[in-house]
Amino acid sequence: MAYLPNFIFALILAYGIWFFARNIIRLKKIIAIGRDVDLSDNKGERWKNMAMIALGQSKMVARPLSGMLHIIVYIGFIIINIEVLEIIIDGIAGTHRIFSGIGPLYGVLIGVFEVFAILVFAAVIIFWTRRNISRIKRFWSPEMTKWPRNDANNILYFEMILMGLFLVMNATDTPFQEMNSGNWISQYIAPWFSSIDEGTLHYIERTAWWLHIIGILGFLNYLYYSKHLHILLAFPNTYYGSLQPKGQLDNLESVTNEVKLMMDPNADPFAAPADDQEAEPGKFGASDVQDLNWLQLMNAYTCTECGRCTSECPANQTGKKLSPRKIMMDTRDRLEEVGKAMLANNGEIVDDGKQLLDDHISREELWACTSCNACVEACPVSINPLSIIMDMRRYLVMEQSAAPSELNNMMTNIENNGAPWPYNQMDRLNWVKE
Amino acid sequence: MNDSIKVPTMADFMAQGKSPEVLFWVGCAGSFDDRAKKITKAFVKLLNQAEVEFAVLGTEESCTGDPAKRAGNEFLFQMQAMTNIEILNAYEIKSIVTACPHCFNTLKNEYPELGGNYEVVHHTQFLNQLIADGRLSVEGGHFKGKRITFHDPCYLGRANQVYEAPRDLIKKLDAELVEMKKCRQNGLCCGAGGSQMFKEAEEGDKEVNVERTEQALETKPEIIAAGCPFCNTMMTDGIKAKEKEQDIKVLDVAEMIAQAKDL
Repeated sequence: MAYLPNFIFALILAYGIWFFARNIIRLKKIIAIGRDVDLSDNKGERWKNMAMIALGQSKMVARPLSGMLHIIVYIGFIIINIEVLEIIIDGIAGTHRIFSGIGPLYGVLIGVFEVFAILVFAAVIIFWTRRNISRIKRFWSPEMTKWPRNDANNILYFEMILMGLFLVMNATDTPFQEMNSGNWISQYIAPWFSSIDEGTLHYIERTAWWLHIIGILGFLNYLYYSKHLHILLAFPNTYYGSLQPKGQLDNLESVTNEVKLMMDPNADPFAAPADDQEAEPGKFGASDVQDLNWLQLMNAYTCTECGRCTSECPANQTGKKLSPRKIMMDTRDRLEEVGKAMLANNGEIVDDGKQLLDDHISREELWACTSCNACVEACPVSINPLSIIMDMRRYLVMEQSAAPSELNNMMTNIENNGAPWPYNQMDRLNWVKE
Repeated sequence: MNDSIKVPTMADFMAQGKSPEVLFWVGCAGSFDDRAKKITKAFVKLLNQAEVEFAVLGTEESCTGDPAKRAGNEFLFQMQAMTNIEILNAYEIKSIVTACPHCFNTLKNEYPELGGNYEVVHHTQFLNQLIADGRLSVEGGHFKGKRITFHDPCYLGRANQVYEAPRDLIKKLDAELVEMKKCRQNGLCCGAGGSQMFKEAEEGDKEVNVERTEQALETKPEIIAAGCPFCNTMMTDGIKAKEKEQDIKVLDVAEMIAQAKDL
């Protein structure tokens, strides 16, 4: 019986980790729905980007207030994990504060954790106020429907509760308070419990301890169902983020082959395709998630819906329907839909008669984009909504000939006379004489 | 005012068995748009004055394909690109200067993969180089002390990280450069990019160029400087919409340098 708590603890821990691992495997499979793209180049530069942008939070501080608050929560999150390690060892071994044996350094460590816990608590309160009281515009855009808003608040409540439990746990830990080292913050909370007898105090401490670790496991498993996956995916996402100038749009290789064939006077139009070529040429552009590449799909899971992209978007600022954040949210929603059906069908994609285009993202949104890259620049974790918009335009134009008529005129002009306007190419040098 | 300009073509150079030091890629706007043609001429006057041995393709130039590509027509883009690359490579072009950030971006970033490898610079970078080499001098002229704000073209700034070249030129005019709240990497688009130039905007509550013009007006400028023929059109239209065309001019940086020199 003495080992019952250890056993229960190990069971909860194992279940929490197993469930998380299972979802991560699902996530990997769903992201793999995307087309393959080789991003194994320039490892040095990629590690540097990850270190700067994800680890170093370099783009977060473009907005100083939310950036600084985020850094507090981020550092707090990372360092408090050291405390979680102690909790796990204590839980399994049945020890109490096993790291306290390391001497005075332990007090310093816990003291720092406590300071961060209170700072994180304060930062999260400010975040909550910005969302719910100040109602900052980007948190109330049309795509921020009930679930995205609740999801964001849930995470804030989670963090408040976890930080609160950590401090209560320390405040009610009589031996720890008596040690009087590292209780930098909790010594001010301890007096709140001074009228409570020692037995009850111990009971509160144990409850806080258990709820804290169960809460952390719950939080870990909430990630997959929420927008909060960015705390994990920000790292691979910034690693694989584009290294090219932002203005460079990829050249479709399938088109290059066809254009080369068209322009080659020696090409035999009746030649049988080489064996290594696919019998059926792939679709041009994207109308659904499986037409996007895996990085674009990982982008969608990485998005934490902060809305910096949308608030910088010229189309959105002037009242158009386009919102780069919505492009990412729609991509994720559709991907989840396709992914779940696929996993339930032995890994085969099921045709449900729906697609990303029209069922989620409207043509009006796609055509409102000025390709200005403001959204790409604004994203703190290297998400590229523009690449999805461009791939979907490609589908509309090359597969459906469904460009707005003015753009069709522009393209006809380019085809006929080498300029977007109907001027004769032979008049191209007339400006010299005018 | 001396209006005679020398604009040799690549064909002229070829006929003489010579090659120019740089190809001036004029672009469709620079060739056909009445407002943009003035920018083209101003830049050519500066090239003439600095005695740059440049050439244009003239009737052999064709759209880079940028608006087609951004509209989603990759086929048309690559047809244009490969036709242009064939001509550029046949003339053994090594370096290109252009006054259009869209041509600049496409030639610089999207042509190499298709076989077109050139050193491509924006005209503001080229002018800075001419000044640095002592081939061109800049005077403030009537721009001295003027309040000028610079609108970053997306395809020069964010797209290619060129923020300082146009600003350096404005500073050389002894003008007072005032920045908009949204500038450099945070600059707001003029509304023309991504083929929007060629279509009506989607339904909204405002035009992008009006929004950007309002941001520019906040700096109380006497001149709005641009570095892109499309931005120039959009900002000029914005100024007209605000009925400020009597007080505020929209000028390309090259035009200002040329005007200051009375060219």
